[in-house]
Amino acid sequence: MEHLTVNPFASLAYLVAGVCFILALRGLSSPATSQRGNRMGIIGMTIAVVTTLVTHVPTLDAGALDAVTIVEILAAIGIGAAIGIVTARKIAMTDMPQLVAAFHSLVGMAAVLVAAAAFLNPQAFGIAENGVIFVQSRIEMGLGIAIGAITFSGSVIAFLKLNGNMGGKPIMLPGRHVINLGVLAAILGLIAYFTQDQSPWIFWTVTILSFAIGFLLIIPIGGADMPVVVSMLNSYSGWAAAAMGFTLHNTAMIITGALVGSSGAILSYIMCKAMNRSFISVIAGGFGGDSAAASGEAKEQRPWKRGSAEDAAFLLGQAEQVIIVPGYGMAVSQAQHTLREMGDKLKAHGVRVKYAIHPVAGRMPGHMNVLLAEANVPYDDVFELEDINSEFAQTDIAFVIGANDVTNPAAKTDKTSPIYGMPVLDVEKAKTVLFIKRSMGGVGYAGVDNDVFYMDNTMMLLGDAKKMVEEIVKSLD
Amino acid sequence: MDFISILSIFVMACFVGYYVVWSVTPALHTPLMAVTNAISSVIIVGALIASAAVALGSGGAVSKWLGLLAVVLASINIFGGFAVTARMLAMYKKKEKPAAAK
Repeated sequence: MEHLTVNPFASLAYLVAGVCFILALRGLSSPATSQRGNRMGIIGMTIAVVTTLVTHVPTLDAGALDAVTIVEILAAIGIGAAIGIVTARKIAMTDMPQLVAAFHSLVGMAAVLVAAAAFLNPQAFGIAENGVIFVQSRIEMGLGIAIGAITFSGSVIAFLKLNGNMGGKPIMLPGRHVINLGVLAAILGLIAYFTQDQSPWIFWTVTILSFAIGFLLIIPIGGADMPVVVSMLNSYSGWAAAAMGFTLHNTAMIITGALVGSSGAILSYIMCKAMNRSFISVIAGGFGGDSAAASGEAKEQRPWKRGSAEDAAFLLGQAEQVIIVPGYGMAVSQAQHTLREMGDKLKAHGVRVKYAIHPVAGRMPGHMNVLLAEANVPYDDVFELEDINSEFAQTDIAFVIGANDVTNPAAKTDKTSPIYGMPVLDVEKAKTVLFIKRSMGGVGYAGVDNDVFYMDNTMMLLGDAKKMVEEIVKSLD
Repeated sequence: MDFISILSIFVMACFVGYYVVWSVTPALHTPLMAVTNAISSVIIVGALIASAAVALGSGGAVSKWLGLLAVVLASINIFGGFAVTARMLAMYKKKEKPAAAK
């Protein structure tokens, strides 16, 4: 096995790049060090790219550098940079989940293209002798293209669902588990056969089947499970990079792939735990579709109290402590800035204002935190579920805006509820609950009715979250 | 490098990733995803090798163009990912001063 001769300095440089990436993630342990972390990531990436260019750009016969190739590559980087930077500047913070899904799809597609390029021109990658690709490289390449293709098509579906181009309701195909398992088995079988026979048809069939399985895996998963899906695809994009790193014997790619892979896996775990659901049940999909219909029948008319913005403002102004519970609805109506204004007004009235964030509030991990940060809410005021849950009992007002399932006490008491066992915010323990909701008709994504609506100490504020908060702010003056 | 050394690096890196990611504060989980996105585009290394390769045989030219396309996609991700992470982190940063001034 003669691999392309690797410059020892290049290997060292890739190792340094890998270490920079570790430090980049390490920096995120606190907001204070996070920007330094991001810069470490940029440094690592620069080292990796420059090293590759320096060691791989071909020289012409005369010994000069191949200018055409250099220009082509720099142009490609330039186009990508322009698109990337413009998108990053323009994107609204509420659209962050879609953006992340779109970015995942690009990593997946890039992995597919690189694996295909390596298959078509193995000599350039030093993974073949006389046109025969090494067996080990065939496995790595096969896995790389499969994971890359799954990441791509899965992320595209996740993007369409998050962006609203496709309904959030799960789409169920009959016999989908059998189809999915069959396709997965076929992919693995073909990769195994690929080690014996490097015919192109095997390679391309693996690619097509992998695109198909990514699509099939994500369409039955409902909107509320998107935090898990986005984290999972994040993990896959890492494993795809790692598989290509094995093919290229590149330490930077392997370290990064392992980091990103474990990062996504841990986030998926955290999200699943926050919903008390197993990873398998999320992946099997279908949550939110049928159960909504089932609970719809059993629904009875129960009395509830409706309040106006003036009533809410009066109560809020009298309170000693208010805990705000934001959810996806706040993101949809872009209410975070107005909400912060309300918080400021209340603070001026001498009210203590805190924010309680459930791990799965929103459509991706940390979604609410970013929106509140965008609206300039001090992060000392923002608390995680386990840190604030005991405080609701000593709180005058729990102000729920755009959240529903994460406040549902049925998760603690009703064993038949689809969300039973999910850790929830104990809003019902507060003296008064103010609940902003678009209408009484809709139920949360889990399709479960929430007892909090009908409690004596709950006042429902029906309307668009942003308009309602604006009116409250006006009434506070 | 032989397979075992590469595998060792990979396994060790998985452990490093495990401990580093658990230490990330939940408030920064969205920036974490954005930045991991950006760094997983280190796959651009493979794309650059393909684009820079001297065309060999019939597959060479196609391979080169696939490589260049992959360079574009990975660059979108690298620049976009780091830029959007920086934008998000700057929002967290702003609050530090008033908090410290209290």
